[in-house]
Amino acid sequence: MSDNAGSNTAHLETILGCHDHDPGKLLQILREIQEQYGHISPDAITRIASQLAIPRARAESVASFYSFLHIKPDGAYRVLFSDNITDRMLGSEELMRRMCQQLWVEPGKVSEDGLVSINTTSCTGMCDQGPAMLVNGRAITRLTHQRVQEIGHLIRNRTPLADWPADFFRVDDNIRRKGLLLDNKLAPGDALRAALTLGAANIVEAIKASGLRGRGGAGFPTGLKWEACRNAAGITKHVVCNADEGEPGTFKDRVLLTSYADLVFEGMTLAALAVGAQQGYLYLRGEYRYLLEPLQAILQRRRDKNLLGEKILGQPEFDFDIAIHLGAGAYICGEESALIESLEGKRGVPRNRPPFPVTHGYMQQPTALDNVETFCQAALAIQMGAEKYKAIGTTKSTGSKLISVSGDCPRPGIYEYPFGVSVRDVLQDCGAANTRAVQISGPSGICIAEGEFGRKLGFEDLPTAGAFMVFDDSRDMFEVARNFVHFFAHESCGFCTPCRVGTSMLKQTMDKIAAGHGTSHDLNEVENLDRVLQTSSHCGLGRTACNPVLHTLKHFRPAYENRLKSLDFEPAFDLDGALARARQMTGRDDTGAHLNTEET
Amino acid sequence: MNDITHRPKKLKIATTSLAGCFGCHMSFLDIDERILPLLDLIEFDRSPITDIKHCGPCDIGLIEGGICNAENVHVLREFRRNCKILISIGACAVTGGLPAQRNHLDLGSCLTEVYLTEPGLAHGHIPNDPELPLPLDKVHPLHEVVKIDYFIPGCPPSGDAIWKFLTDLIAGKTPELGHGLIKYD
Ligand SMILES: Cc1cc2nc3c(=O)[nH]c(=O)nc-3n(C[C@H](O)[C@H](O)[C@H](O)COP(=O)(O)O)c2cc1C
Ligand code: SF4
Ligand code: SF4
Repeated sequence: MSDNAGSNTAHLETILGCHDHDPGKLLQILREIQEQYGHISPDAITRIASQLAIPRARAESVASFYSFLHIKPDGAYRVLFSDNITDRMLGSEELMRRMCQQLWVEPGKVSEDGLVSINTTSCTGMCDQGPAMLVNGRAITRLTHQRVQEIGHLIRNRTPLADWPADFFRVDDNIRRKGLLLDNKLAPGDALRAALTLGAANIVEAIKASGLRGRGGAGFPTGLKWEACRNAAGITKHVVCNADEGEPGTFKDRVLLTSYADLVFEGMTLAALAVGAQQGYLYLRGEYRYLLEPLQAILQRRRDKNLLGEKILGQPEFDFDIAIHLGAGAYICGEESALIESLEGKRGVPRNRPPFPVTHGYMQQPTALDNVETFCQAALAIQMGAEKYKAIGTTKSTGSKLISVSGDCPRPGIYEYPFGVSVRDVLQDCGAANTRAVQISGPSGICIAEGEFGRKLGFEDLPTAGAFMVFDDSRDMFEVARNFVHFFAHESCGFCTPCRVGTSMLKQTMDKIAAGHGTSHDLNEVENLDRVLQTSSHCGLGRTACNPVLHTLKHFRPAYENRLKSLDFEPAFDLDGALARARQMTGRDDTGAHLNTEET
Repeated sequence: MNDITHRPKKLKIATTSLAGCFGCHMSFLDIDERILPLLDLIEFDRSPITDIKHCGPCDIGLIEGGICNAENVHVLREFRRNCKILISIGACAVTGGLPAQRNHLDLGSCLTEVYLTEPGLAHGHIPNDPELPLPLDKVHPLHEVVKIDYFIPGCPPSGDAIWKFLTDLIAGKTPELGHGLIKYD
């Protein structure tokens, strides 16, 4: 690792050359420099800006937006502990404390010799095999005191990451229950051939008839989206796969990209056929960097089999290819319009919607953007036919759903169910006992308590992007909510004031209550803030940032109240005045015959 | 560092009766032998059960009866000052209840009727000893004087309802009185 941080001119030129000096590739360029040099120096930023012919401020603003890019020198080893509540429940805080002691470094700071920095990062999507960390961007799972100590030694000895035990980096699929998706017997090309037999327009009709809805959370009907994109004016169109998977507690896209990537790409390709797109992008979250090479190999294999590239499967007018873009640690880039901004090499700030990506997406051109799982389901729906597909699940939520189960249960992992499965059934299958609450669909989702476990997963009742975090009766739900509030404050993109300021105020108030300094006034303030966030935020992040507090206040209010220092209150009437008649009747006027309205 | 594990500590509970009849306290005792496991989880501060006269810092305060005089106000405030969670228990505390039936009468004519017109009592004068708390012109529910966190309706609420409510609270769960536990009589 050299410390001239990307000012090595020849090397910088190579990176820029690989990206055709395209300012749209700015984020990818910065990422590569970060990966090579551990940080992006001011000098490197200046050179990149001048080479790409963009203002220096733009290059720096992008470099400073993403949490995995550093514009100041950082440790040669950058250790980030995944800080989801599920990591904490597995003891991540204590592991981090010990590692800081072992390596003589304060959290968030670089050690004096520049060797190492230790900090936290948002959920890394390893909740079923946590606690987890990233070291120089590489995911390490199943941390124990022993493992953390070994890592400490390796860092102290400056052992290159490539020489660390391979088992540290092992990521398991933990598939626990298979359904139509995980059990599919499709060979690469099968669904595509079925799609070609149908023809482009009929693909859209078939997807509409299948009732397929987006699996990224919002549940928009996929057929309608594709139809709108197909009908949108313009010749150049795009297909984008959202593999940002940033919602804490969600890790099903990781498994799909690990073991079902062909199906993902197949779905993207038939989407391209349906909407008339020539280029596809997979937006892969930075935390899943280790999947880049395997995915690229699969893309190459598909090109070799003529499942990608020009004249796919011999069709004269069917050209389509897929490129992979890496994110750099920003939850907001999962929001579709922020993702597109990021794909264009900018800060991941959500756009105004409408216009929607189907008409004004990547490069302001029509774009069909869907979640990883949605593309898989689309391929299955085309292969098996709309009627058969529709028969699975419920009326308004057809097909199956992958659930990422983590938290207090003996069998965390991936469970596939037809939509309509009850929370209780999932709890039973994963072996959860004494469950106090389940957080459905991550911090932005819904917290449900005992008594509601008969509710069903599906758009009719409990919509979900897949996260299913289980909390048993040893857990303090206030601390759960506080962890989520910290998450939103950290991930707010800062574009609009209600969210930038509101999420921070929410965090401060929760911390104040946690420290035992809260009053009932603070609880009221929390509720007021939540209203402001909900009604005036620019995008979904701000609007859902208040959910954890609202939901836990509803079910677990005493967990908050027990921490309050005092509760202030004004009486509803004039207390002293209420004694006047009695004073008159008794002729008394001593101190005992009066009441202060204000308590002394 | 805040621990995410919920470790129950022994909670302090204070109880009192203001303008009530002690019926709610009797009902509390209807939890019968469950008072023994309860005592593993809680400790009584000021309460007719302990005869402690003033309440110290507590987690939970249970108050039966409404507010009919100045002393009630002082006691209620003492509870509010000291209890993190204050619970209004029974019809009198929640609405004023039976004692509030005097609210449509003028306090003066009540006192006149009792002490001056009717023969026998107080020898023709309204008691004015400073030791005695003055009555308020009306009887009020607790939540009009201080903030109340929870209400248990019923006259009195059943022992089972009180048990469910307290055990939920102690477990850190928003109390819920399901079917059969809430009575508005
Ligand atoms: C703050 C925020 C984060 C999001 N993160 C993701 C994500 O990580 N993955 C995802 O597929 N969708 C995410 N979404 C939803 C996307 O905006 C979009 O609705 C979805 O990708 C569309 O695909 P679908 O129709 O297949 O669900 C997020 C939305 C918001 C508001
Ligand atoms: S709501 Fe939050 S995340 Fe969304 S645009 Fe505003 S500041 Fe950014
Ligand atoms: S609610 Fe019933 S039992 Fe309780 S104080 Fe009032 S009258 Fe007595």
